[in-house]
Amino acid sequence: MNHYDIPLSALPLGEKCKVKKLISDGSIRRRMLDLGLIDDTIVEALQQSPSGDPVAYLIRGAVIALRREVASMILVEAL
Amino acid sequence: MGLTNKSTGTGILEKELKIDKTTPNDKIIALGGNPNVGKSTVFNNLTGLNQHTGNWPGKTVTNAQGNYFYKNNNFILVDIPGTYSLMANSVEEEIARDFICFGNPDITVIVVDATCLERNLNLVIQTLEITPKVVVCVNLMDEAERKGISINLKELSKHLGVPVVGTSAVKAKSLNELMDAVSDVASNKITPNTINIVYEELIEKAISKVEDEVKPLLQDRLNPRWVALKLIDGDKTLIASMNKYLDMNLTEEDALMSQIHEARAFLNAEGIDSDVFRDKIVSHLVMTAEKVSSMVVSFKNENYNDRDRKIDKYLTSKKFGFPLMIFLLSVVFWITITGANVPSAMLADGLFWIEDKLTLFFTSLGTPPWVHGLLVTGVYRTLAWVVSVMLPPMAIFFPLFTLLEDLGYLPRVAFNLDNYFKKACACGKQALTMCMGFGCNAAGIIGCRIIDSPRERLMAIITNNFVPCNGRFPTLIAVITMFFAGAIAGPFQSVVSALILTGVIILGVVMTLTISKILSKTLLKGIPSTFTLELPPYRKPQIGKVIVRSIFDRTLFVLGRAVVVAAPAGLVIWTMANIYIGDLSILTHCANFFDPFARLIGLDGYILMAFILGFPANEIVIPIMIMCYMSAGSMLELDSLAQLRDLLVSNGWTSLTAVCVMLFSLMHWPCATACLTIKKETQSFKWMLISFLVPTITGIVICFIVANTVRFIGLI
Repeated sequence: MNHYDIPLSALPLGEKCKVKKLISDGSIRRRMLDLGLIDDTIVEALQQSPSGDPVAYLIRGAVIALRREVASMILVEAL
Repeated sequence: MGLTNKSTGTGILEKELKIDKTTPNDKIIALGGNPNVGKSTVFNNLTGLNQHTGNWPGKTVTNAQGNYFYKNNNFILVDIPGTYSLMANSVEEEIARDFICFGNPDITVIVVDATCLERNLNLVIQTLEITPKVVVCVNLMDEAERKGISINLKELSKHLGVPVVGTSAVKAKSLNELMDAVSDVASNKITPNTINIVYEELIEKAISKVEDEVKPLLQDRLNPRWVALKLIDGDKTLIASMNKYLDMNLTEEDALMSQIHEARAFLNAEGIDSDVFRDKIVSHLVMTAEKVSSMVVSFKNENYNDRDRKIDKYLTSKKFGFPLMIFLLSVVFWITITGANVPSAMLADGLFWIEDKLTLFFTSLGTPPWVHGLLVTGVYRTLAWVVSVMLPPMAIFFPLFTLLEDLGYLPRVAFNLDNYFKKACACGKQALTMCMGFGCNAAGIIGCRIIDSPRERLMAIITNNFVPCNGRFPTLIAVITMFFAGAIAGPFQSVVSALILTGVIILGVVMTLTISKILSKTLLKGIPSTFTLELPPYRKPQIGKVIVRSIFDRTLFVLGRAVVVAAPAGLVIWTMANIYIGDLSILTHCANFFDPFARLIGLDGYILMAFILGFPANEIVIPIMIMCYMSAGSMLELDSLAQLRDLLVSNGWTSLTAVCVMLFSLMHWPCATACLTIKKETQSFKWMLISFLVPTITGIVICFIVANTVRFIGLI
């Protein structure tokens, strides 16, 4: 792990990042992979729900909302 | 709101994968694809079967099938659940995979979204690993064109090695080309030469070890290379399904098992443990999809989704998100209420004019009074009430709501509300199942299949009834108009009605969240599971189609069910009202029996009885109340809400009664159809009983508190 890496949940809205590592296992990890969150995938934080959580991310052309707990298990490098 | 005779029970194949062919020449087509790519629209256009489609992910929650006759061949289309992958991570993925593997489809059509090809290709590639008999249908080509995305279909076909056809499912013509390709592949005119998915060398070595061993066992029924891959991956669901559908127990094949063991040991020694293995497999598939996509897709404008992002900035913003949500809901209600007034009155006039004629007819025939009473005052009048009160609001509300659904707004509602569901330890997709509940709670309960966690699914099922279905809307609207908005004159009347109705719905949402929270601290303890919610692109709805579809597919279906229930109910009520024991009719005896308890919760005996008799269908609650009061009183003509109000007031209704009726309508037992659906979905009598009791007890408690607080304070 690179010390520049941050959890995806800490990525400011409107910013882009590159996926570096998934720190989950089992079914959560599989779900993340199914979304195409493999190494070096570019993710952009788009919009926060008016209730505060989740945040919508642009992942490989699809807009996916992830709750904070999930997003914090994805380590990314801000771009 | 996918409410058809299919979604409420019949004709569903789920675990049973065998499709009956009418002739041996029939071809079975499995129709797969990511959620929300217009798969169901393709299905509908081909089969003419109106399976309901909506713009939210995970709409097809069960397999549906239909026939399509093309060029002298009968094709049986099977709509399999929309999934992103076939790795059996969820029930839907397992059903989809099982059908492709064991349902013996002659061909599998994968529908993909042209505006989001890369993500969709993952599923195509996974399917190609299982079978070469695939046709890829690139749907929503018109949407892509509008966004300046162009796809080189020929090139895509070359890379994948299977036929690729571009369609815009809303235009049925483009489907001929699809069916040509399907015919060609099904009749072996085209031999697919599919893309080779080659993993890294170590994994390939491991695969070939197991493949050689498993190949003779499979006897060409499944692709041995793919099975080998899954076995090394440790996919238990595949082993179970092979046991179930092929009667083949791989775990008893010692040679194979030791080969798998060896392959895993070999990989482990090379630093590839099971998690790494899975990562590498998935990453390879994703990267293949990325590579293929980059070679065939070109963008005129890299920011093709800007319009959607701009809309989202408003619809899901901190400032406007909630106000806009409430505003849209109110507008839908306002249009429904305003629009329903006139046709409702006209229908009532017409139907009661017919009643008069029927009465004359019966009199001229000289039939005994009880025949006329039973058939005209009993059956016909109840039917007339159900039709005139229920039909107009339904025929307006259904299409309006479907428009919001097709636009893609509903997932945004789920997105906006998610944090509250999280705090209630529930799944955010529960907001979607609640929306389905607006149409029909039974459909909402079936829709709960989109929730993966069994705990959260149960919570969504139990609380679904807190959303008033279409059978209860007109009751609420009628009571609001009579007692609360009636005093306000002019155009504002319907505005006030709409606002009050919106308030009732918000109360329903608050109750859903509160009860969910209570359930998650008591009966269904647990923490919220992870889930992902896709916000699909906004789409231009097909307005004409929406109207036709919602009227024929939903309105008439719901109304038909109500009428079927209303006729016998009218018969029973009339009989009860006209058979006397002592001085009082049976109806009055029953009402008197319920009366003391009903008064405690702000109702009266007749109202409570109407709710009880309305168990088969909520639509008939108001008509039963009217029947009860009319048979007890002397009023005969009733053709406007004002007269209805007079009838109710003369029977002791106050605004407190009206409030309690609304509260009880919002919170009481689910109707019979919903109960049966719960039983079927949960496979448990206990959970059906709990789903029955939770809203009932909530309603009784709340009505009791409201009624007695108001009485205590002395407001009324």
